[in-house]
Amino acid sequence: MNRFKIIVLAKQVPDTRNVGKDAMKANGTVNRAALPAIFNPEDLKALEQALRLKDKYPESTITLLTMGPGRAADIIREGLFRGADTGYLITDKKFAGSDTLATSYAISLAVKKLAPYDIILCGRQAIDGDTAQVGPQVAEKLRIPQVTYAEEIKEVTRKKIIIKRRLERGVEEVESPLPLLITVHGSAPDCRARNAKCLLRYKHAETLTEMQRNTEDYINLHQDRPYLNIVEWTVDDLEADETYLGLTGSPTKVKKVFNVVFTAKEAKILSGSDEDMEELMKELISNHTIG
Amino acid sequence: MNNIIVYCEIDEGHVADVSLELLTKGRSLADELNVHLEAVVIGANMKQIDKQIFPYGVDQLYLAEDPALDPYRTLPHAAIVTKLFQEIKPEIALFGATSNGRDLAPRIASALKCGLTADCTSLEIGEHEDKKENKIYKNLLYQIRPAFGGNIIATIINPETRPQMATVREGVMRKEIRSNTYKGKLIRLDPVKYVTEEDFVVRILDRHIEKRKIDIKNSHIIVSGGYGVGSTENFKLLFELAEVLGGEVGGSRAAVDAGYIPHERQIGQTGVTVRPKLYIACGISGAVQHRAGMDQSSLIISVNKDPEAPINQIADYAIIGDVAEVLPKMIKYYKKNTK
Repeated sequence: MNRFKIIVLAKQVPDTRNVGKDAMKANGTVNRAALPAIFNPEDLKALEQALRLKDKYPESTITLLTMGPGRAADIIREGLFRGADTGYLITDKKFAGSDTLATSYAISLAVKKLAPYDIILCGRQAIDGDTAQVGPQVAEKLRIPQVTYAEEIKEVTRKKIIIKRRLERGVEEVESPLPLLITVHGSAPDCRARNAKCLLRYKHAETLTEMQRNTEDYINLHQDRPYLNIVEWTVDDLEADETYLGLTGSPTKVKKVFNVVFTAKEAKILSGSDEDMEELMKELISNHTIG
Repeated sequence: MNNIIVYCEIDEGHVADVSLELLTKGRSLADELNVHLEAVVIGANMKQIDKQIFPYGVDQLYLAEDPALDPYRTLPHAAIVTKLFQEIKPEIALFGATSNGRDLAPRIASALKCGLTADCTSLEIGEHEDKKENKIYKNLLYQIRPAFGGNIIATIINPETRPQMATVREGVMRKEIRSNTYKGKLIRLDPVKYVTEEDFVVRILDRHIEKRKIDIKNSHIIVSGGYGVGSTENFKLLFELAEVLGGEVGGSRAAVDAGYIPHERQIGQTGVTVRPKLYIACGISGAVQHRAGMDQSSLIISVNKDPEAPINQIADYAIIGDVAEVLPKMIKYYKKNTK
């Protein structure tokens, strides 16, 4: 019987898709703190691909791996409720400010700690940054092949995997050896709902930090049921080189941030004169509407 | 200072538009920095490709040619570009934000441990003062991009690492030939020196790529015309403006019915719905059926002789004037201010 060790990389993101009135500040900018934190949508689709492999090869295991603040344990619980087996949270203040390169360094160290593995799955991109960079960067750091924009896993054996990819103007079917990293495209099927059995089993799954807030009875419960532990990994646990982490380890720096202001519309009336037209084009160029 | 390089994609023997747009931008950045513009092309059957590339002001073209390098696969292309960058140490490296470019660029950035900014909407040269380190960086690439679902615009810089890498989507920059007689140097790379057998472990079993179609829906900039444009002849001005801005041309139902523009470009309830960054409505009165297909555009400019036209109720800018007079001015002043 084939069995695969699958790692799903996931990110907790602010829901930037539906910025409603409540998330707007008086000056028309977005109040990021008011946005709900969710399981990044394409990462959920990656989880579904993992669950489908597990449906087919029930002895396979699914490990969720995320990096973020303590509250990111929420998405690990969400994944456990839907059928994942275990979860790890990379969390440390020293990771704060990491760009995609520093993030992929930390994730690749955690993946190496989880080795051996067969398949790493993640979403193509996260909705808060839309960079689509972390997947390929993790693959490079692990020196394994990447298959991006997967829509369907058609076939998998111990030796090879066949994947259908969605490209901007078509589809491609590729074959890769294992292990590999797959990024899952938005056109892949949605993730299944929570499973009642998993929900009962993992209802009390928590990280050590979360547990310390609880009563002794509760801690005993966790000692009896080790599967309820969501493991936290710090910089020290990963034996990470701090020069590659956080702001120090991030080659990209944010120089300036400009909030897009949404205001009620009232047309500015212009004549077709040369002066008005030059003024308008200059304005559109300077605010990057046209480039 | 070292040079600027553009990774050029080839689409059925032709350099992809996005790559030509990046070469155009690369050329103007190279002029500003007083460095060379370079290009790298990887693929098979590349006869005459240099003749397509040099007119964009390319000084050196690196060409790696082998049947195994086409179609694009991540590992061999990444191996070649990574090693080439280690040899020539570019200052700036630009990639199209295409399926391939967004697959390739992060792999290279990771190998070179350098910064990469995805989907830039603007690239500029500027300086940066690091007050903590008391250091001034000159001639950095400002990589400007929307983030957070388009709710913020961020300027990203890479002060220390090289190359400064960025991807840009098709249609964001304009393309413009520098000179048809521009002389560049063709440098052939021997693929054997750059790739190993291991780079070919992923195999393509099957591929279906559709022919390029008019893609109004995904265009960031749309110049659209209505019955008020008046003639097919005047519509040519819309195409000209769209071309220089890097956008597409659409039309209202009235313009389609009048035969000014084909149905596939119709925007509105019975055509396609669009939400571009910029929508320029020319001679469109703004019937509800049309507005339903475009009122989610981020910025709307209307050009209309009638100040009372309903389109002005949803426009950010209402230019009161004749399309045939206003559009040439827009083209003129756009060109003048982007040189």
